[in-house]
Amino acid sequence: MKAFADLYAALDATTKTNEKIAAMSQYFRSAPSEDIAWAVHFLIGRRPKRLIPTRDLVEWAIQEAEMPDWMFGECYQAVGDLAETIALLLPAANASSQKPLRYWVEERLLPMRDWDDRARRNSMIEAWREMSERQRFAWNKLITGEFRVGVSQNLVVRALAEASGVEANVLAHRLMGDWQPTAGFAAQILAQETADADVSRPYPFCLAYPLEGEVEELGDVRAWQIEWKWDGIRSQLIRRAWRTFLWSRGEELMTDRFPELAAAGALLPEGTVLDGEVLPWKDGAPLPFTQMQRRIGRKELGTKILAEVPVVLVAFDLLEHGGRDVREQPLDWRRAELERILGALGEESHLVASPIVGGASWEDLKRTRGQARERGVEGFMLKRRGSIYRVGRRRGDWWKWKINPYSVDAVLIYAQPGNGRRASLFTDYTFGVWDGGELVPFAKAYSGLTDEEIRQVDAFVRNNTIEKFGPVRRVKPELVFELAFEAIQRSSRHRSGIAVRFPRMARWRTDKTAEQADSLETIRALLPREP
Amino acid sequence: MAEPVENLLERNSHGLYCAAGGFYVDPWNPVDCAVITHAHADHVVPGSKAYLCVRPCTPLLRLRLGAEAAIESVDYGETIERNGVRVSFHPAGHILGSAQVRIEHRGETFVVSGDYKLAPDPTCPAFEPVRCHTFVTESTFGLPVFRWPVPAEVLGEMNEWWRANQQAGKASVLFAYPLGKAQRVLAGIDPSIGPIYTHGAVEQFNRIYRDSGVALPPTAYARSAPTKTDWTRALILAPPMAKASPWLRRFGDFSTGLASGWMRIRGTRRRQSIDRGFVLSDHADWPALLAAVRASQARTVWVTHGYRAPLARWLAENGSDAHAIETRYEESAAVEAVEAEP
Ligand SMILES: [Zn+2]
Repeated sequence: MKAFADLYAALDATTKTNEKIAAMSQYFRSAPSEDIAWAVHFLIGRRPKRLIPTRDLVEWAIQEAEMPDWMFGECYQAVGDLAETIALLLPAANASSQKPLRYWVEERLLPMRDWDDRARRNSMIEAWREMSERQRFAWNKLITGEFRVGVSQNLVVRALAEASGVEANVLAHRLMGDWQPTAGFAAQILAQETADADVSRPYPFCLAYPLEGEVEELGDVRAWQIEWKWDGIRSQLIRRAWRTFLWSRGEELMTDRFPELAAAGALLPEGTVLDGEVLPWKDGAPLPFTQMQRRIGRKELGTKILAEVPVVLVAFDLLEHGGRDVREQPLDWRRAELERILGALGEESHLVASPIVGGASWEDLKRTRGQARERGVEGFMLKRRGSIYRVGRRRGDWWKWKINPYSVDAVLIYAQPGNGRRASLFTDYTFGVWDGGELVPFAKAYSGLTDEEIRQVDAFVRNNTIEKFGPVRRVKPELVFELAFEAIQRSSRHRSGIAVRFPRMARWRTDKTAEQADSLETIRALLPREP
Repeated sequence: MAEPVENLLERNSHGLYCAAGGFYVDPWNPVDCAVITHAHADHVVPGSKAYLCVRPCTPLLRLRLGAEAAIESVDYGETIERNGVRVSFHPAGHILGSAQVRIEHRGETFVVSGDYKLAPDPTCPAFEPVRCHTFVTESTFGLPVFRWPVPAEVLGEMNEWWRANQQAGKASVLFAYPLGKAQRVLAGIDPSIGPIYTHGAVEQFNRIYRDSGVALPPTAYARSAPTKTDWTRALILAPPMAKASPWLRRFGDFSTGLASGWMRIRGTRRRQSIDRGFVLSDHADWPALLAAVRASQARTVWVTHGYRAPLARWLAENGSDAHAIETRYEESAAVEAVEAEP
């Protein structure tokens, strides 16, 4: 726990990427494998199911600190972080645990699941007594799950690569999918042998930045492959060892929810991985995404809903072909192979190759882009011909060229009741985006949701309030919404440094976790250039 | 027998007022007679007709108020009378020339703490508990989450950070409140590590500290340093307000640190976007506030600037007759203090 708590403190103490990587790589070099597995697990934002209700944790902490309840509230308001408030409030530490992270997680944290309240309380208080203040803080973070320290999966991968010498691409792939944080897994992550076994594992998605500046700056239009930007669930369809897996970008296995695609997977050649968007689709065109939400919300998929809202995978890339990782092949080659594979399947396969949009000039494309809205797409994807399939969000090869309005995925952080008819419901929301590991308020929005959605959000607010300031509730950062807005500019009056015009909720991104919301950095890229 | 004086001190629109003595303590508007606890800007407003302070405070007050101001001073422990009200100054341990003001009239005593700390500080005499009926305490850090590490350990961390920066070829820019905190750092840091430079705002107070007999290691004014100075070995002490200033560019590649009690909280530390936060405060932490209140043996406690409501409530729930008193010091203190912490 000491090494891990020190790592946490080191990550927390710096905003510089290279220093964060250095701290992690040093940890990965020296920690035992079973600790590394857990450290990676937490650092990339995974966490055990909530083991202890926050209310209990606070209750025990104030008993141990001999503080009244109201004083905890005052302190929490000043500190703004639950795990930290508890660590600062507990009686001064006079111990330090030498036991490894694995011990603390496997023998002290996870077993609490099966214990009664009394046993959990005693175990928790003992844990605090065995730890230094820094360790208590890291430990509380493990429990509350707000493990934010400005580290992305990408940074963890780079640190692992630095520590192990294994290529970052390979490591990123190994961290995808459904793994358990065991010593065996850690050994597998860091293994120099790269023939990996997990048949379900997806590849890290290649992500696009919004286009910066004028499209003409990208040079000759012929150097670019242009596709529509579909508004669906970004997914990989995997066919390996005669089994089919459908993964969302949120690393959720969705095979069971889309039986059409599970069946379609069986038509693919052995050892195939497609990248694309799952869309509700009828008569050769997408249905509004709200139709998809009708389907996602259900536990049981009856024949009626399957008939009303059928889905397809609009595939735009081929990542594995004949059991071979083809991400390093040029885009044109991957596209040709993709078309060949899908062309061999029938019309009814539910697998569609994303059409290539033709245009002799950027001017041409700007005209075509005007049709985006009626086609139900968000704009264009611009992909550099000849480029490889990269890991994560990179500038240069893939750009999204959205039609206005602009849009951003942001996390609901504050809510307050509306006016008039909506006064009994929480309808006015403040949304945050990521900045160095914390969510900064970015925009307020009141409109865009259906009444049913408002009721659902209202219920969420009531059940997930962390803090109250008058009518305003601070809520658990969990719900992600796509905000649309008309214009964006710099603003010194906003903490984010950005002001947007007419923000509204374009849709509720139930397919995204808070960690996947946009960052301030991405949004700044939308800003007009400074004169 | 003299009647007990209910209102020896009261709070009115100009500050804490002693009607019997005809003076204010740290008024926030110009008045006839201002008794000053210490020379931080949020406790001193220019324009009063007369000022009274403890002797070592005089040169600092003079710097703030100019040559024309009428400043009278007395020694620590010496009593002066104002209309039959006895006034004396007692060490507060906050900065050079900081004092608690004791006011006595017809058997009733008030002590106004100003700002204070109990932790050791070689640049000023240690806080001295003074018994009284009513203790007026600050509460800048009046929450139990504020618990200071041992200052010697924090200074040790600063030394380490400075050395590590030297090895990485970076200058060490340390932001500290220019009056008090900067000199406390200077008196405690290891000057054998490398040369120490200062911002002008810090250097003006260094001069006064040295003239008052406080031993500080040699420092040089950064602005007068030759253009080819090798900054990578240097520690540069600057006020927090210099953080965003182009003045910093001359140092090339540098690491930044900030010494303040607010650095105890991760969120404030992160929002400052500095490389290192050092938890070093010239204010009392929670245990020290409680200890000072206890040592005063006061039956009534007035809690001013800072987290006054929670501290007053805590004291009241634990048997004191405690009240939160609104003052103006916090306007610059609590809100902006993340930057400065005077
Ligand atoms: Zn002060």
